[in-house]
Amino acid sequence: MSPAATEKILTRNFGRPDSHTLKAYLETGGYTALPKALTMEPPAIIDAVKRSNLRGLGGAGFPTGTKWSFIPKGHTGPVYLVINADEGEPGTFKDRYLLERDPHALIEGMLIAARAIGSTLAFVYIRGEYVESWRHVSAAVGEAYEAGYLGRGLDVVVHRGAGAYICGEETGLISSLEGKKGWPKLKPPFPAIKGAFGAPTIVNNVETICHVPHIINRGAEWFASLGTKTQGGTRMYSVSGRVTRPGVYETSVAVTLRQLIYEYAGGVTGNGRLKAVVPGGSSAAILTADEIDVTMDVDGLKAAGTMAGSAGVIVLDETVSIPEALMVVARFYAHESCGQCTPCRESTGWIYEMTRRIVVGRGRKADLDTILDVARRGAGTTICAFYDGAVGPYISYIEKFRAEFESLIPK
Amino acid sequence: MPVEFTREQLGEVTRLQRLYPDRGGALLPVLHLAQEVFGYISEDVEKYVGTLFDLGPAHVHEVVTFYTMYFRRPRGRHVLSVCHNLSCHLMGAQEIIAHLTSRLGIELGETTDDGRITLLTVECLCACEMAPMLQVDDRYEGHLTVEKVERLVDRLA
Ligand SMILES: Cc1cc2nc3c(=O)[nH]c(=O)nc-3n(C[C@H](O)[C@H](O)[C@H](O)COP(=O)(O)O)c2cc1C
Ligand code: FES
Repeated sequence: MSPAATEKILTRNFGRPDSHTLKAYLETGGYTALPKALTMEPPAIIDAVKRSNLRGLGGAGFPTGTKWSFIPKGHTGPVYLVINADEGEPGTFKDRYLLERDPHALIEGMLIAARAIGSTLAFVYIRGEYVESWRHVSAAVGEAYEAGYLGRGLDVVVHRGAGAYICGEETGLISSLEGKKGWPKLKPPFPAIKGAFGAPTIVNNVETICHVPHIINRGAEWFASLGTKTQGGTRMYSVSGRVTRPGVYETSVAVTLRQLIYEYAGGVTGNGRLKAVVPGGSSAAILTADEIDVTMDVDGLKAAGTMAGSAGVIVLDETVSIPEALMVVARFYAHESCGQCTPCRESTGWIYEMTRRIVVGRGRKADLDTILDVARRGAGTTICAFYDGAVGPYISYIEKFRAEFESLIPK
Repeated sequence: MPVEFTREQLGEVTRLQRLYPDRGGALLPVLHLAQEVFGYISEDVEKYVGTLFDLGPAHVHEVVTFYTMYFRRPRGRHVLSVCHNLSCHLMGAQEIIAHLTSRLGIELGETTDDGRITLLTVECLCACEMAPMLQVDDRYEGHLTVEKVERLVDRLA
C-alpha cells in the first residue's frame, strides 16, 4: 500500500473543533469496540492484539500483546494499567494531540486493555507541563463516568507529573506515581510481575492504547496489513526543525523518511539542502542526508543503525552546526540524568562540558576520542536505557560529522 | 503566611490520597496543591506536607528537589519558561532568550524587581511543531518572534 494513500485512523477526528467531547466521539463511531471486547474472553483480546503486530509506540517498540501476556496467570490481587502520557522525548509531540483532541479514544482503549489484563484500576500519568491535556483528559474521564463507561469495572485516576524527563521511563514513572523521586528500578522484576505499588502493572504509551479499539473493531489482520511484516498499523510522526510544514502526520509505519520530509512536511525550509535527520526523538542516532531512504518501522530503522523510538523526526538543514546541535542535545542529557548510576551521572555532565568547549573554540585534540571512548564504555551499564539514549547521539553525531567537529578544535 | 491548608483544602488532600492504593501516591498532586496555595514550596511547606503523609521532611525534600516544577523560592506572578532544546534551538530560541533577558533586565532563573516575571529556560516541552516556543504560566505560546514576545510580555500584569 502506498503510504500516501493510508487512511487516517487515530487522527481522523482532529479536524472537528469539539473532537475531545463524548458527543463527537460517539458520533464518529466511538465506544463501539468496547461492547465487542466485552463479548471476548481476555486471552482472545490479547491474541488479537498479538496478531495485529501492534508494537509499543512510546519508544521501545515492544510487541503489545506479548507484554500483556506477561501478567502472571492465576494472579488474584490487583493489577494496574498505567498510561504513559509523560511525553518528553525531544522532538515528539503526538501524544499531546491525542490527549487534547481525542481523550475518549484513550479511555476506550484503556477499557479494553484493562479487560485483557484483568485490571480494575488504571492511571494516566500526564507530564506536569501538559495542563491543557490534563484538563481535557480529566473532563473526558468525568464524561465517561457519567455515561457509565467508567465506574463499572474500571476506575481511572488522572495523575500529573511535576517535570522530569526520566519519569517517561516506565520504572521511573512507577516510582513517581508512588510519590517518590522518579528513579528507575532494576529489572527484573519487570513491572508486569511487580510494578506500581508492588502489583503486576502494564505500562503503555498513549498512542499504543488508542490503536486498540480499531484493532478490535476492524480486525487484527486489517491492522497488520497497514504496516510491514513485523509491525502493524499507522503511527503518528512528529516532524519538526527545518521543514516547511512541521506537524503531526499519521501514516503507515512503512513510510520512508524521505517521504515524510518531502511529501508530508513539505521539504526543507526555504528549499534549502538537507544535512541530517534525527528519526526517532533525540535519543535516536542521527542519519545523514544520504541515509533517508529507509522505512520508518521499528525494524527498518534498527537495520539502519538507529531507532524508531518515539517517531519524533527532527530535520537539520545546511545552516545548522552539528557540533552546536550536539551541545544542545548533550545539555539535555546532562540536565535530565537522574543521578542514580555513576556512568550516566558523570559522563553526561562531562560530555556536555566537552562539547561546549569544542563549540566555543576551546576544544582539545583528544576530546572527540575521549567522548567516544567514555560513551562506548558506559553504554549498557546502567539501570535504565536513558544513558544508552544519550550515547546514540554522542557517537553518531561525532562519527558522521567528525570533520566539522575537528574544524572547531584549535590546531 | 501560616503554613496550613484550610479545611476545604484538607478535604481535597484526603480525596487525592484515597485515589491511590497507597496514599503516598498523592504526594505529587498534593505538592502541586501546596504550591498553588502557598506560592512556593518552602522548607516549612515540606515539613507540613510531610505531616499529612506521615513522611519525614527528608523524603519530601528529596521529591521536591527532584522535579523542575516545584519552586523552592518565591517566583514572579508569571513564569516564562522558554524551551531551548533542539527543535526550538534550530528555529531561533537563542534570539528569543537573548531578547527576553535584555528586555526584562534579568538573568535566566531570576525574577524582575517588581515581582512580575520569572524567566527560565526549559527542556523540550513537546510542542516542537510551534518552535520556537515557550510556556507562560499554564499556556503554550509558539511560533515566537521578537515582536510576539514583546507583545506577550506587555500583556502580563
Ligand atoms: C529515558 C526514557 C524516556 C522515556 N520516555 C517515554 C515517554 O515520554 N513516553 C512513553 O510512552 N514512553 C517513554 N519511554 C519508554 C517507556 O519506558 C516504555 O517502554 C513505554 O512507556 C511502554 O509503552 P509502549 O510499549 O506502549 O510503548 C521512555 C524510555 C526511556 C528509557
Ligand atoms: S524543542 Fe522546544 S518544544 Fe521541543
